[in-house]
Amino acid sequence: MFYREAGQFKTSYSADESVFPILQDRIGIAVILGLAFVVIPLTATSFTLSSVLIPVLIFSLAAIGLNLLTGYTGLLSLGTGGFMGVGAYACYKLTSLFPNANIIVLILASGFFSAGIGAVFGLPSLRIKGFYLAVATLASQFFLSWCFVRVPWLVNYNVSNAIEVPTRTMFDIPITGPNATPMTRYLVVLSIVVGMTWLASNLLRGRIGRTWMAVRDMDIAAELIGIRLYRTKLLAFAVSSFYCGVAGAMMVFLWLGAAEADSFNINQSFLILFMVIIGGLGSLIGSFFGAAFIWGLPIVLKMLPEFFGVKIHAATVEHLQFMTLGALIIFFLVVEPHGLARLWQIGKQKLRVWPFPY
Amino acid sequence: MRVKYLALGLSLAVAGSAVIASKATAQEGIFVPLLTYRTGPFAGSGQPIANGMNDYLQMLNERDGGIGGVKLLIEECETGYDTKKGVECYEQVKAKKPVVVNPYSTGITLQLIPKAAVDKIPILSMAYGLSASAVGNDFPWIFNPPATYWDGLSMMFRYIGGKEGGLDKLKGKTIGYVFFDGGYGREPIPLLEQFAKDYGFEVKLYPVPAAEMQNQSAQWLNVRRDKPSWMIMWGWGAMNPTAVKEAAKINFPMDKFIGIWWSGGEDDARPAGADAKGYLTLNFNGVGTSYPAIKDIQKFVVEKGKSQVDKTKVGENLYNRGVYNSVLIAEAIRNAQKISGKKVVTGEDVRRGFETLQISAARWKELGLTDFGAPITSVSCTDHNGHHAAYMQQWDGAKWVKVSDWIAPMKDKVRPLLEAAAKDYVTKNQPWPKRTEPCDKSS
Repeated sequence: MFYREAGQFKTSYSADESVFPILQDRIGIAVILGLAFVVIPLTATSFTLSSVLIPVLIFSLAAIGLNLLTGYTGLLSLGTGGFMGVGAYACYKLTSLFPNANIIVLILASGFFSAGIGAVFGLPSLRIKGFYLAVATLASQFFLSWCFVRVPWLVNYNVSNAIEVPTRTMFDIPITGPNATPMTRYLVVLSIVVGMTWLASNLLRGRIGRTWMAVRDMDIAAELIGIRLYRTKLLAFAVSSFYCGVAGAMMVFLWLGAAEADSFNINQSFLILFMVIIGGLGSLIGSFFGAAFIWGLPIVLKMLPEFFGVKIHAATVEHLQFMTLGALIIFFLVVEPHGLARLWQIGKQKLRVWPFPY
Repeated sequence: MRVKYLALGLSLAVAGSAVIASKATAQEGIFVPLLTYRTGPFAGSGQPIANGMNDYLQMLNERDGGIGGVKLLIEECETGYDTKKGVECYEQVKAKKPVVVNPYSTGITLQLIPKAAVDKIPILSMAYGLSASAVGNDFPWIFNPPATYWDGLSMMFRYIGGKEGGLDKLKGKTIGYVFFDGGYGREPIPLLEQFAKDYGFEVKLYPVPAAEMQNQSAQWLNVRRDKPSWMIMWGWGAMNPTAVKEAAKINFPMDKFIGIWWSGGEDDARPAGADAKGYLTLNFNGVGTSYPAIKDIQKFVVEKGKSQVDKTKVGENLYNRGVYNSVLIAEAIRNAQKISGKKVVTGEDVRRGFETLQISAARWKELGLTDFGAPITSVSCTDHNGHHAAYMQQWDGAKWVKVSDWIAPMKDKVRPLLEAAAKDYVTKNQPWPKRTEPCDKSS
């Protein structure tokens, strides 16, 4: 009833090929964008913006990056944290070399460094698959972590061995650094994430995305119909790392404000992988669901006891939150092994036929 | 049906979270948030410190009704020693106008340093964090008394010099440095290398990567091969007991093995038991429960069941370290009340309180903590550290024993390095705000 597409006729090829062919979806996305760009910046508190929404958006972008590789091309990677780190350190080097360049351009440009490194570490994927590839990408994670600690050039020889974010402005409004308001940073992050998601969705619907999915479903068959494996796989690694690199640069420049090598360790890679698995492999909207679930929900859980006026020690809250989150992960995966994105899809289908399910 | 409930649950969760996130509490008092870590890989070191900090402040509330008659609102936020969660904690407490924030992690401190001046919240990173932030002209909102890591290293060399009969006797010898491979452990290296040049000894570096903290056999095999005359350690968390055990295993003379103050917990030496006998670490706070103030903590807080501490662990080194941290906070608040004439002070007042902080030997006695710490005498507008003394303690197989008097750092060697590091930080982070806060006269 709610999702009935009856009566919506497609009269041209472009209408048939559009990203959101159903009118309800178009209205829905317009409402969500309106909320995200106008209502939330006007109403949300600075804590909500800087500790919930900005990280969730950044992690969503990283999850999209990993999803392009793991969900769409079928190549398992544990190097996400390292690739995010490459983006962050590249952006730091770029902004110290070109202090007057626009920081948003530099954040996007640092993705290319990450893409290059990603393509190099993607080389083993030409020979190995599955768990073996996971181990090979794990090596890249350890190698990159090692570089972040041991190459002082990367941190401009700082004694603290950390990268710090200087203040950078655009149109005289500070975008990075301590003077940037959470609202500015949120809007910048949101614009980048929306733009890159739109790019990814079009990439996936085109020739490149289709070759990725062909490789994922059966690489020998894909080769037989004329898809060149090495180009496809390396391109997947490069594009995926580009997304992760931009996410990493945003993480340091628009969220944290400083970072040590430890911020890009193996746990970061696992975190993003869990977001992709919980959200749904091979789904863009799932990446957002996964990031919101893994990052946003714990914060809400942490505040629940205080909200209901129950006084519990901070550490106990932390333990409770771990347990609840673990239980929820198991619950959702038992209910729907294909992740939250699949639940969303089923929900839409139910709404469509409601109230006559048969 | 199932799906419907799920959808309902999800939408409720989303709606609920919006409501919860926007709720803030307000109450009369001085808000002192404590960023602590009782979970995660460093919980072993984090718990006693968290207990010590919490219990001293609670004791002030119970015994004196707060500071200057105003209750302290103490709230812990769990960071798990994770920098991302630490920033989240900071954003969470920021809304409630804290008078001071203790990050208790170098990583979190680094992220808060630029924010402090904008949010007008002083940051107390007690003998950790960015050493260069001791330069008050560049970092008016950051305080790291009583001593920096470079001070610590110079104190170790004073001790070594005393044992060797003069630092010039080190010529031709080898000194090993085993350290946590990250910003914290790498910081002392420039000064160590300078000492090596000045006194003519050779330095051997043994980095321990974060992932390998509990597996140091490779490093200690090299130590056995190189046979250094002295070993110096910069460790934290699980790295410390592992290193002590490994040193005992290769029969390294323990009385020539010196750790920094963060390597001196009871649980760092205890696992190696009698084999760790002789192991030395620096310390800047007294150990034990013989102090009247610690007795008050036991009476007013621990025995009333208001603390999370295990009764037998009150008075241990890291617990007392937490107490020391809270003494600094409390004295700064008291000082701020005196300067500003207000009862309920703000972050701006407490910043001034820190800048004129004085804890003389007499004041320590008044606090019920005679000789608990070296007198805090030289924190000032320009010097946010003060470079105060520490002492050497030795493990006797069951507890820590003080084996030296207060050792003063080599301020003349440390200060130029600090100034240079601060200048370096400021030039790399241009545009860095100029100090606009006026200086108070020392009280």
